[in-house]
Amino acid sequence: MCVGVPAKVIEKNEFTALVDVLGTKMEVGILFVPDVEIGEYVIVHAGQGMSIIDQTFAQASIEEWEKMARADII
Amino acid sequence: MRTLFEPKDSAVARELAQKVIKLADRCKEKTGVTPAFMEVCGSHTMALARSGIKLILQDHVRLLSGPGCPVCVTDQKQIDAMIEVAEAQNRIVCTFGDMMRVPGSKRSLLSAKTEGRDVRIVYSPLDAVRIAQENPDREVVFLGVGFETTVPVLAAALQLAELKQVENFSMWATTKLVQPVLRTLLSVKKVKIHGFLLPGHVSIVLGEQAYQFLADEFHMPGVITGFETVEMLSGIYKLLQMVLNDQPAILNNYKSVVRPDGNPIAQKIMNEFFTPCDETWRGMGMIPQSGLDIRDQYSHLNAKKKFNVTVGEPKKTLCRCGDMICGLATPDECILFGKACTPIHPVGPCMVSDEGSCSAYYAYMRKEG
Ligand code: SF4
Repeated sequence: MCVGVPAKVIEKNEFTALVDVLGTKMEVGILFVPDVEIGEYVIVHAGQGMSIIDQTFAQASIEEWEKMARADII
Repeated sequence: MRTLFEPKDSAVARELAQKVIKLADRCKEKTGVTPAFMEVCGSHTMALARSGIKLILQDHVRLLSGPGCPVCVTDQKQIDAMIEVAEAQNRIVCTFGDMMRVPGSKRSLLSAKTEGRDVRIVYSPLDAVRIAQENPDREVVFLGVGFETTVPVLAAALQLAELKQVENFSMWATTKLVQPVLRTLLSVKKVKIHGFLLPGHVSIVLGEQAYQFLADEFHMPGVITGFETVEMLSGIYKLLQMVLNDQPAILNNYKSVVRPDGNPIAQKIMNEFFTPCDETWRGMGMIPQSGLDIRDQYSHLNAKKKFNVTVGEPKKTLCRCGDMICGLATPDECILFGKACTPIHPVGPCMVSDEGSCSAYYAYMRKEG
């Protein structure tokens, strides 16, 4: 029930957006993420976009984890 | 720019797992005990089991399931009441799929459906409002179970029903809040852990600040974490570092999704339609102000006020779901696990829900034979 999935916005209307989730297209509400733009990813929960994925932070996190994986632990 | 995970991340995950093991062993050398962390969210329970993290780390880090599976924490009397709602003729009961097979004292929603009651699974609570619009001569009740992630969506359904004046729609809300239950676990249940893997999705709504009391009042570290293997491993890594350095803090390891102040739009609609109330939790009893109920001005949308539903005391079973959600037992410690209780014949909600600790353990960690 709680699992949110990242979905790519491919069409935006006033209160809803058409999103692509791993190749499946579906309509979700954007009441909580009204500023989402086409091409951005949102986390969807129970039919509503809950958060826009911030690409800068996503990239920074990936770099941080790669560094962590290479770190020496004495 | 890479923003989502790719296959090459599995190499990073393997490396990270080795680093986590080393760090955990150093922690044990220093403190004399195996570090124990609680994953608060049911989705983490399932993701940690499915990814193999629980198995790989089991001799180095104790990962305990917490009170984050919404169906599992729901008190049996509430479960019985929600099933009873479906008994009346001329009623359509809509629910998230997780609720269908949860055993009630007499039967489940699924068996009620099999015996002719109109019980429907919906993906979104807003779909239930649409069903009410399409069936104006029948009462439609949505069973609203969930934490702070789900409550704004429940509020959106109430708002839609209010706007469209859908008089035959109502909601049976049994919602739970994360902060009061974490406080209860630490101060009343005295659960023995060294830190929390904090729920990524609840935090989308609440933000980072919601957990600061853990570090300030309980000297307990917490890391807000996503659900990919690398995200969870790095979250555990950060917890171990804080335990080793004895520097508890609340860290956001899911910054791409969780903002410091959460989602203010979701918070606003949640507060408009819901108000704090006392809630009874499975295995923990009543925790003051640990849930949200529909505000009085919208009581015409509150199924608990609209319908007279009474249930007796729940049937007693040997199910230990109450202990599971408090981190006081693991599924293999329940004598029914894998014998009288299986996913085909579940005895408790932890074996039914996609986020339940027993169902995760059964699918990914059960020893054969
Ligand atoms: S194994 Fe079944 S009976 Fe035992 S605690 Fe889990 S759900 Fe309850």
